[in-house]
Amino acid sequence: MSVLTGVGIGRGVAVGPILRMPEPLPEPDTIASTIGPDSERERVTNALAATAEDIRSRGERAGGKAQEVLDAQAMMADDPTLRSDIDVRIDNGATAERAVFEAFNGFKEMLLAIGGYMAERATDLDDVSQRIIARLSGVPAPGVPTSDVPFVLVARDLAPADTALLDLDRVLALITSDGGPTSHTAILAREKSITAVVGVVGALSLDDGTNVIVDASTGIITVGPSVDQTEKAKATILERAQRAAVPIGPGALADGTHIPLLANLGSVDGVDAALAAGAEGVGLFRTEFLFLDAKSAPTVAQQYTHYSKLLRGFSGKKVVVRALDAGADKPLSFLNDAHEENPALGLRGLRALRASEHILRDQLTALSRAAQESDADLWVMAPMVSTVEETKYFVDIAHELGLATAGVMVEVPSSALLADRILAIAGFASIGTNDLTQYTLAADRMLGTVSSFQDPWHPAVLRLVGEVGSAGAALGKPVGICGEAAADPLLAVVLVGLGATSLSMSPAAIGDVRSELARFTRDQAVAFAQAALAADSPQSAREAVRALAEPGS
Amino acid sequence: MPTRTVVVASSHGLHARPAALFSQAAAKAGVPVQLTKGGKTVNAASILGVISLGIDHNDEVVISVDGDGADELLDQLTELLTTDHDA
Repeated sequence: MSVLTGVGIGRGVAVGPILRMPEPLPEPDTIASTIGPDSERERVTNALAATAEDIRSRGERAGGKAQEVLDAQAMMADDPTLRSDIDVRIDNGATAERAVFEAFNGFKEMLLAIGGYMAERATDLDDVSQRIIARLSGVPAPGVPTSDVPFVLVARDLAPADTALLDLDRVLALITSDGGPTSHTAILAREKSITAVVGVVGALSLDDGTNVIVDASTGIITVGPSVDQTEKAKATILERAQRAAVPIGPGALADGTHIPLLANLGSVDGVDAALAAGAEGVGLFRTEFLFLDAKSAPTVAQQYTHYSKLLRGFSGKKVVVRALDAGADKPLSFLNDAHEENPALGLRGLRALRASEHILRDQLTALSRAAQESDADLWVMAPMVSTVEETKYFVDIAHELGLATAGVMVEVPSSALLADRILAIAGFASIGTNDLTQYTLAADRMLGTVSSFQDPWHPAVLRLVGEVGSAGAALGKPVGICGEAAADPLLAVVLVGLGATSLSMSPAAIGDVRSELARFTRDQAVAFAQAALAADSPQSAREAVRALAEPGS
Repeated sequence: MPTRTVVVASSHGLHARPAALFSQAAAKAGVPVQLTKGGKTVNAASILGVISLGIDHNDEVVISVDGDGADELLDQLTELLTTDHDA
């Protein structure tokens, strides 16, 4: 038995055999063919047909939108233009592998040169090309492995394309060697409530079929566990399932203090799932989906339709809508077309809206109209606010357009430090812990090499959260949390101890957070917060709080 | 050779899905179909050929068909290009 450690996401425990995600293939050698063009062509014919067939049958299994994408990929493998291109290269002496690689690369370069939406499709070509080359070389195709029995998936990190195809019913847990608590894998795990441990050094040296216990609450992977350990883990899994089955009710501490549990939503599609999970409202409604892929901003009437639908779903409840948050990782050409060296520090969030004020006004007008016809309690907030003056700017426009409750996101340290003055103007604050961590630690959250800095348990981040919490308490203004941190059950208790009055998260995380809050009183939450603030590092903050929460474990 | 000039309706142009629908239809036709944009002509049954033309929303393209039943086939292919598959 041996042990590996990483950063656990959530509190889940899983037991099972591992399956590794194959690594990307190396570029095929440029050596000349030794078997001649006729044989190489025959190999290509077989590999293309088999790959197209394989992709098509995966599409049939997936169904829906995934099938359409996979059918298009199958057609690429069958493509007549590609085939003649490959044949020319084979006739010039290339191996089948190299000819396929070069032919696909040619098309990929062409798509990248066209740019925009077409360039985004270039990854489809890569995927098809890798599958054909894998078949020619007799190695497993890169991508998500499939299995008839449930397994623990081990990967370097997962890309969005991988997770779209992942059969979640078969995945017991995720282990990655790279990536931090805000990597794509971690976000997926929180969204779907999958047990995961990320950033596990040595994970890639595990062999397929090895049995492991994955404990996300401690971040420990037990490799080749004993029978006793396995039994104990299974008992924990059962106990957790029973705890999750407690009837849904409002979020509250053990002493009865009400802490509303709200949902983060990225479109109106998630409304039903949020209500089913017992969300008491929406703490963060992201509006980017209305604007992405658009060449110009949607009209007031188009936006109004979406907002009305959202508010209908949460009749009588609180709904916090964030104004368009473009820039940095979500660029929109009609808002900011300039190339920036540091887009995270650039014209983004409210800064970008201010530069195109008509877009902000249209959005708030549409929201105001939808609110007038609904009995939901609509709050609006501005993204990426860094000054008191910006706060006043946004709140004034919102009030002018008939929106009574206007607040700001606190994502920049300057806003946290001046929270007392910002909250004197704003109706409420909502802390975006992902960006607040990125800006506090000066570590780009999109960059894998600095992902270890992206940990919301960092005492510096918690101290800033505490500033906002105290300011809110002094002024009687609500302070919400809408970053991923609120979905970490133990950290959620710490955040409440720091003064958060509501928590908003992926709907799938609500159950775990609800049962964790119910275990502790406000006094305990405050004691946890003090212990975390006194720590030197995120690791020691986590350990200190865990020692208080689970004495004797 | 019968031809038809068409303005493409899909709001993201002919990317993977609309291109697949169009190429599939062209491949099923059983006669050679060509697609031309700005002086470059490709085999319409080739999805990669069609994608490589970089056809955007509102671009003007020419479909050419050789053989029997050209008019009917042109009607069918025109309809595919004038439908917004991204809507």
